[in-house]
Amino acid sequence: MLSGFDFQTIVNALPYLFLTGMTFTLTLTLFATIGGMIFGTLLAVMRSSDNRILSGIAGGYVNLLRSLPLVLVIFWFYFLVPFLAQWLTGSSSPVRVDPFWSSVITFTLFEACYFCEIVRSGIQSLPRGQTLAASALGMTDRQALIYVILPQALRNMLPLILTQTIILFQDTSLVYVLSITDFLGAAAKIAQRDGRLLEMYVFAAFVYFVISLIASQAVKRLQKRVAIIR
Amino acid sequence: MSMITLRDVSKTYGDFRVLSGCSTSVSKGEVVVVCGPSGSGKSTLIKTINGLEPIDSGNITVDGTAVSSPTTNLPLLRAKVGMVFQHFELFPHLNIRENLALAQIKVLKRPRDTALEKGAALLERVGLSAHAEKFPGQLSGGQQQRVAIARALAMDPIAMLFDEPTSALDPEMINEVLDVMVELARDGMTMMVVTHEMGFARKVANRVIFMDRGEIVEDADKNEFFGKPRSERAQQFLSKILVH
Repeated sequence: MLSGFDFQTIVNALPYLFLTGMTFTLTLTLFATIGGMIFGTLLAVMRSSDNRILSGIAGGYVNLLRSLPLVLVIFWFYFLVPFLAQWLTGSSSPVRVDPFWSSVITFTLFEACYFCEIVRSGIQSLPRGQTLAASALGMTDRQALIYVILPQALRNMLPLILTQTIILFQDTSLVYVLSITDFLGAAAKIAQRDGRLLEMYVFAAFVYFVISLIASQAVKRLQKRVAIIR
Repeated sequence: MSMITLRDVSKTYGDFRVLSGCSTSVSKGEVVVVCGPSGSGKSTLIKTINGLEPIDSGNITVDGTAVSSPTTNLPLLRAKVGMVFQHFELFPHLNIRENLALAQIKVLKRPRDTALEKGAALLERVGLSAHAEKFPGQLSGGQQQRVAIARALAMDPIAMLFDEPTSALDPEMINEVLDVMVELARDGMTMMVVTHEMGFARKVANRVIFMDRGEIVEDADKNEFFGKPRSERAQQFLSKILVH
């Protein structure tokens, strides 16, 4: 079977695959992770709050987004947001949204739900005495959260957060529905152009596999280093 | 002058009455030991004093401030009242030096240098200067509790509350913590201590409060309490824990 496998196609495609495709994939992963972490932590704090309205809003949001297929959200955002923006700004034609930023926003909103649940379980896993001790020292709820609770919750949850980031890295390939040239998109384009579907899709799978494997091994090592001694 | 006053304090969890009509007061410089069987409400009582446990009725004043009044700035009040917990509750992600400095910097807005200096002096006082760079998890229980006492003292409290400070400790570590507390009492600190350590009570307490089923059954001078408690429940309790 491998006799017809054309390695040269892959070699020729490498600059395009990595400089254009992988750069996009990694940039999107990075932006969505940062955005998702910030928004997700905010959601987690809201969800853990005693304020019913805040926790209700955050809970509703998380449950809604988690009940929708990611591809649908990507579609929805890219095709409907221009009209929403038109309506909001009162412009005469749909506001064009750059596909990159559209993807960043979509993934941020979507991943925030997963990060929210991770951070929330991190907060819940801390003994209640930690909050009491912070309060007893005169800290406000906000200070207790910022200096005592979140640093511990985030550190305890770091392995899960990074694992979720690896999943996000793989999920970014779904932007193919918007015909964006991410890594998989670049591979698909070469495959179509050169009629080398086997080579390109096998190679793409191999690259995703290797990167994810290396990353999860790194997470395992890190896990041992950042663990808080109790 | 009364530093802490509780008047007719009651609290229920659903149908369960944890505190019922508790009244007492602690004067400046006084050391009051609170004892009683488990589930008698003594930990809850001490936590109501800095507002960690809200109350249903009655009122509590600390240094003239009404604790349960909605206009009271609780964080401000708590910063003035030190509290030591059964399970130490040091912050495990910070080393000892930072544990001592954090609230000084964030709550009292002390400059970092001043806070670190103050922390170092208190660490010396509890005999743990060598451990400043370690993390809580690297210390023994007794050492952690001494750090926790130093952390509370770093806020220059007007009174100290101790919630069973030695009951999570291995027996051989109890004394090192009690020694620090005895010294603190002798320095004139106003203290309210929930404990079963009757030796400590005999040595430094001015008064002993005995609680049972959410009520203050006995509130007596130390000598009177150990000499002849008036209530039968206190007599039974004492005979059980002093027998060995």
